Amino acid sequence: MTVQRGPIRIGSGQGFWGDRPDAPIEQVRRGPLDYLMMDYLAEVTMSILQKQRDRDPTQGYARDFVPLMAELFPDLLRNRVRVISNAGGVNLEGCRDALLEAARSRVGKSDERPRVGIVFGDDLLGRLESLVEQGHELRHMDTGRPLSDVIDRVASANVYIGARPIVQALERGATVVVTGRSTDTALTYAPMIFEFGWAPDQWDFLAAGVVAGHINECGAQASGGNCLVDWDTIPDLAGIGYPIVEAYPDGSFVVTKHQGTGGRIDPAIIKEQLLYEMGDPAEYITPDVVADFTTIRLDDDGPDRVRVSGVRGRPRTGMLKVSIAYSAGWKAVGTLVYAWPDAVRKARAADQVLRERLHRLGLRFEEVRTELVGWSSTHGHLAGDPPDDLPEVQLRIAVRSEDRASVEQFSREIAPLILSGPPSVTGFAGGRPRVQEIMAFWPALIDRRQIEPDLHVEVTEA
Amino acid sequence: MRRVQLKDLAHARSGDKGDTVNVGVISYRAEHYDLLVEQLTERRVKEHFGDMVKGEVKRFELPNLGALNFLLHNALGGGGTVSLMTDAQGKTFSTALLRMEVDVPEELLP
Repeated sequence: MTVQRGPIRIGSGQGFWGDRPDAPIEQVRRGPLDYLMMDYLAEVTMSILQKQRDRDPTQGYARDFVPLMAELFPDLLRNRVRVISNAGGVNLEGCRDALLEAARSRVGKSDERPRVGIVFGDDLLGRLESLVEQGHELRHMDTGRPLSDVIDRVASANVYIGARPIVQALERGATVVVTGRSTDTALTYAPMIFEFGWAPDQWDFLAAGVVAGHINECGAQASGGNCLVDWDTIPDLAGIGYPIVEAYPDGSFVVTKHQGTGGRIDPAIIKEQLLYEMGDPAEYITPDVVADFTTIRLDDDGPDRVRVSGVRGRPRTGMLKVSIAYSAGWKAVGTLVYAWPDAVRKARAADQVLRERLHRLGLRFEEVRTELVGWSSTHGHLAGDPPDDLPEVQLRIAVRSEDRASVEQFSREIAPLILSGPPSVTGFAGGRPRVQEIMAFWPALIDRRQIEPDLHVEVTEA
Repeated sequence: MRRVQLKDLAHARSGDKGDTVNVGVISYRAEHYDLLVEQLTERRVKEHFGDMVKGEVKRFELPNLGALNFLLHNALGGGGTVSLMTDAQGKTFSTALLRMEVDVPEELLP
């Protein structure tokens, strides 16, 4: 392996599945880039993908990723850009086969062929029962309950894996590396390990990589999107440039974006992203290292450039985190809009009418929640009492139940309020509320020795 | 001494982990950080949120960023897809905390 001396540029192309579709294309085409990372997986995504695969064995991965790569393959080969993504979901082979097919139809016969690497070993669904039988209780990290309480309702189970298998795929020449439930941060620092030859116990370097990954993993949230600081002065959000990490072999890096793109990168904006979804900042635990965010040093490095240095890390732990999703009942949300005068009183009266109906029908709910959107749905009691002349308010009522029939009956009780409830009501064009299955999240820990022997990569040329 | 809203001294971002919200509070000016450390105690933040936060409030200090990180436990009605809240991901707890009032000496007024 050749060890890089200069910086490498790792761009963020997707902060979640459903993020701006042209962002990855802009990252590849609007300026120099070496790697593109794309995060597709939120906690609930794996269970949705598992359901899609149950219905159709060829599905179960982030489908949008395939046409995107088909579009980008010629650019990737021409400009030597490599892609790392967790788009594989719960069907890595399916994703690979679709990518190879797309590549073959896009790249000429005499041209260089892209290679697709996949990382196996995160999916525990098939092993779950035997793990529990062997005495791995997989207790819920917050409640302490053993997994056996809900194991008959589990929909997906995946362990968060680190950067090492991604590095192996890069070593074997993969143009595109597809994983399942790898950590979001690993997608960014795997190329640093690969390019700079960092050893598995160079904790400070690895921790710096984790900080870079934390900045990249939410897309434009690090370049001016969803930023509170001076939000109304951030230029051209419609053309916002996604962040790029310019990484150096000594573990320092600069966060920047392509010239001529919208948004902004400055220390205050980077601070906001560093604190996003943060637990104990001195103990940011990943499969590869424990990073200490209280050691980060930020410096202004010119327009739209922030230098990050000084990051310290400690040895990784013996455990890996498992993300399990299980079916936990049903829910539905109904909304109606009430207008002046007495908008709030009318909405509250309608809420009472509905609750009385649900009671008389004998329906069972674990929770019924009423919110007034336009007044207190976000800040609750901190919003104070609504003014008497509030022009309008949206009544939002949500229910949750283990009993699907109760939730379905609820969804039929919203529209009747229009003719049988308080007046000045509108906003019901959307029809009956949709009844949704709840997929609850069960975080647990497992000994990494149970997982690591099964991690392996396959690299295939198109 | 003058009483001002936290939003005049700091910006913030919040996010979720299960049923827990985290709020990162970042002082605009370095000289305000000690004031935030002194006044944004776990007890006062818990009082501020009242029944919006059912569990305990934990605070972590990041002097390197002039920031505090708060974990608000049992604040999202079960969290994730279990939650019935509009803000099931706790995105707006950041600005809800910025409503809090703090006392600022005249010479440090923003």
